[in-house]
Amino acid sequence: MKRSTPAANLPYRLPPPLFHARSKALWFGVGLLGLVGLSFWSLDLQWAAFLSLEAAQSTARFIGEFFPPDLSATFVRKVAWASVETLAMSALGTLLAAAGGLLLALPASRTHEGDPAHARAPTRLLLNALRAVPELVWATLLLISAGLGPFAGTLALALHTTGVLGRLFAEVIENAPQAPATALRTQGVGALRVFLYATLPQVLPQLVSYALYRWENNIRAAAILGVVGAGGLGQLLAFHMGLFQMGKTATVLIAMLGLVALVDALSYLTRRAMAR
Amino acid sequence: MTAVAPPRRDPAWLGRVFWAGAGLVLLWPLLVATEFRPWLLFSAESRAASGRFLSDFLPPAVGSEFLWLAARETWRTVAIATAGITLALVIAVPATLMSTRVLSISALSGRMAPLPAALRQGLRWVLVVLRSIPELVWALIFVRVVGLGPTAGVLAIALTYGGMLGKVYGDILESGETPATRSLLANGSGRLQAFAYGLLPQNAAELTSYTVYRWECAIRSSVVLGFVGAGGLGQQLDNSTKMFAGGEVATMLLVFVALVALADQTSAWLRRALA
Repeated sequence: MKRSTPAANLPYRLPPPLFHARSKALWFGVGLLGLVGLSFWSLDLQWAAFLSLEAAQSTARFIGEFFPPDLSATFVRKVAWASVETLAMSALGTLLAAAGGLLLALPASRTHEGDPAHARAPTRLLLNALRAVPELVWATLLLISAGLGPFAGTLALALHTTGVLGRLFAEVIENAPQAPATALRTQGVGALRVFLYATLPQVLPQLVSYALYRWENNIRAAAILGVVGAGGLGQLLAFHMGLFQMGKTATVLIAMLGLVALVDALSYLTRRAMAR
Repeated sequence: MTAVAPPRRDPAWLGRVFWAGAGLVLLWPLLVATEFRPWLLFSAESRAASGRFLSDFLPPAVGSEFLWLAARETWRTVAIATAGITLALVIAVPATLMSTRVLSISALSGRMAPLPAALRQGLRWVLVVLRSIPELVWALIFVRVVGLGPTAGVLAIALTYGGMLGKVYGDILESGETPATRSLLANGSGRLQAFAYGLLPQNAAELTSYTVYRWECAIRSSVVLGFVGAGGLGQQLDNSTKMFAGGEVATMLLVFVALVALADQTSAWLRRALA
């Protein structure tokens, strides 16, 4: 006799057997193992050179050379200046990026129903391109026209961050409540003033919080950006490491870690204070 | 009765002008410290150098030999990221198992005993230190120790991402529901059993999804690591830039953007499939 009414609960079904041609988990696992195996096989990794006794000794000697760090007053002053330069690079880069991001976010967003937003797709493409190239790559490219030094690093940070912030800003502007803007628009107020007096005041806190968050990221990025010659602590690190002055390298490393730890701690404390 | 006309000008203009002025004063030291001289970009020699470099961008280099090289370096970049993440898991998984507070037997009845508590906290600090040294710095150090090549890149990714994964795995495991695991432990199962049957099933999707996301990040950073000599696409890009070979740089940038977009898509697809 057939049952016509279906069971109230679906019968418990076992997952498909693992070793079966239709088991997705099996194919996924095999693919993953294959990718990992192929990766290790195709890179001629020098484990022998790294794990041998000789390598261990040279590593120990290398680490030993870091001590003692160079703490002479002149060098510490130089490192302190490089730290200030790193902070300035990150701050100015983020500021430029916030301005550029806001300028690009306006054409990249559709603010109301009837907005044709012709420039939306091309501007978003530009923002994605700016974002896809990392700061360090921008810095190497910019060295050609801006020369060695913090200026190239600042511009590199600004370009990458413009891509990131522009996209985030456009999302925020598109998601802003419409009513005040509509009220002004129906009164015949122009687009710029609608933005300045209706949309901007509503979205400003969100924009500022995104910019601050990127600033935090950019301090970390600026610390290492100099490795290609774009100023700040990284440039000092690459320079002294290139000359095998390990004591000085150690001082720069300490400053770098200190800066990153300081930023982490400040951001943690701010977040906790704001969550309360 | 006459209505008072509302003010025609912005009532808050004084404050706005003041803060704009204060901002400009604060901006000045920043401009000095970063040697911000935009007119240098438009000086004659800078324009000549950039003009030559940029005009070389078109057409991008598409010789079959060069494309083959670019494809090989792209694979190496992916391989460095994959191998790095695999080794990072070798660091992160045992560290997570040893540092998770949920798997503590002494913590079942009140406070955790001092020795295990110290061990767990110590391990966390090790993970935080591993994570807070940027991978580029690790790579610079390893390039000195093991020489130029992918080994330095793999080790750098393994250490930084090992710390990152270990820390976040711990947070994920501790933020989930713990009663199942605790009752397993209280009824005498071993820690590994409690992990495999209590903690892992609830958190598997989130753990895998985070790992896939980090793999995507590792691909991005393995390109960057190439700039300090750790192999892959970045090293080639650096070489081509230093030789002012604009066409090669253009091709490599396109390949790089495509690779990042592809990794982005793959990772999003995998995470959706896992959810």
